[in-house]
Amino acid sequence: MAPSPPPNRVVVVGASLAGLSALEALRQEGFEGELIAVGAETELPYDRPPLSKQVLQGQWEPDKTMLRDQGQYDALGVTWHLGRRATALDPVARTVTLDDGEPLAYDGLVIATGATPRWLPGSRDLAGVHVLRTLRECLALRAELQTASRLCVVGAGFIGAEVAASARVQGVEVTVLEALPAPLSRAFPAELGAACAGLHVDRGVDLRCGVTVAGVEGDGRVSGVRLGDGSVVEADVVVVGIGVVPETGWLESSGLSLDNGVVCDSTCATSAPGVVAAGDIARWPNNLFGETMRVEHWSNAVEQGAAAARRLLAAPGEAVEFAPVPYFWSDQYDTKIQFLGRCCPTDEARVVDGSIEERRFVALFARDGRLIGALAFNRPRLLMGYRKLLAAKTSFDDALAHAKA
Amino acid sequence: MRVVVDFDRCQSNAVCMDVAPEIFEVRDDNFLYILDEVPSEALRPKLEEAVRRCPTQAISIAED
Repeated sequence: MAPSPPPNRVVVVGASLAGLSALEALRQEGFEGELIAVGAETELPYDRPPLSKQVLQGQWEPDKTMLRDQGQYDALGVTWHLGRRATALDPVARTVTLDDGEPLAYDGLVIATGATPRWLPGSRDLAGVHVLRTLRECLALRAELQTASRLCVVGAGFIGAEVAASARVQGVEVTVLEALPAPLSRAFPAELGAACAGLHVDRGVDLRCGVTVAGVEGDGRVSGVRLGDGSVVEADVVVVGIGVVPETGWLESSGLSLDNGVVCDSTCATSAPGVVAAGDIARWPNNLFGETMRVEHWSNAVEQGAAAARRLLAAPGEAVEFAPVPYFWSDQYDTKIQFLGRCCPTDEARVVDGSIEERRFVALFARDGRLIGALAFNRPRLLMGYRKLLAAKTSFDDALAHAKA
Repeated sequence: MRVVVDFDRCQSNAVCMDVAPEIFEVRDDNFLYILDEVPSEALRPKLEEAVRRCPTQAISIAED
């Protein structure tokens, strides 16, 4: 990023967790200039994790997902453009154009437009087919689950698994279709994917792994999901949970470097001066792991939003690298799944506490002799103890010694 | 300042314990215990970080 004077006017595009974290960090760092936030949804920033759990199960009403109360939002002194999408960025003129044609000038820009769910081809206009990202989508799905008899979930990732669990505990018959041989087996060794599968099979979910989905069936309203072998899984509601695509469409004419996300340096700065990115959309080299990553999890949105904001305010030469230990969690039935760090199926895995069979364990992952990740089922206290070890690039031997102590 | 935890929201992620072990402890029963409900002013930055990073936004600070 070229040296530039401190910004007087910062625009944050994306009004969810990463954007909110950036806004709050700017104020906390003493930024007293004008703050403008643009959000595609009509709500002030709310929390997404409860959408697949408490809200979908009917335990929480939408207002309980608000991330801050009205007084806290007012105190930030932000001009909100909600229900508005950014359609273009001109990094030379330093303007963002909104879908109502209004150009917003900025000195500093935070890009935090997140990601949008993938759909199955041809399924988008069929009633009864859902994705789950926004509050609006959650409430539409919740209403349909009240009267649904058979739900089919396409994709056994975390969203799919949490939706399956939330529907199952409400008495809905659930089929889950997964292309991989076991859930999450792109990230974890097979026996750990099998442990995730077991949670659902025990609750009566019809989990089918290693299947291909050919398309959705139905005329006006969905009636089932067609598999690669021609058979049909009947369903009156279908949830597509096959991942998300970073929301970079509005940046395509900007000249900003894009590659499955907005390309950033190790300090969250993009290729344009005065422009930083954070959250699901940002791809950056995390030098703690020597790996370029894009992280779609809650904690990263909080931490990277703040880091990007500080980057915007940093004096030349004072930018700080963003090199966190990624963290995510998932709650399914009565099991808490937590993961710290990185993992791929070829990493060495070792269970160091409990056992996979009793679904109460900590497993550690090693790459090149170094502790690289830690996964736990129902072991929050022990799991969190590994964060500092991961941050300190601890050897696997030392991590194993820690586990025994 | 007083630590307030909404135990209806808390899901025992133990992030708070990682940030501020002087104040928070998740024990082997997987429940969160508040070790110091009225921490000293010196712990405010850590407590504020725990508030920000709590994955279920269950922690707040009451100024009595």
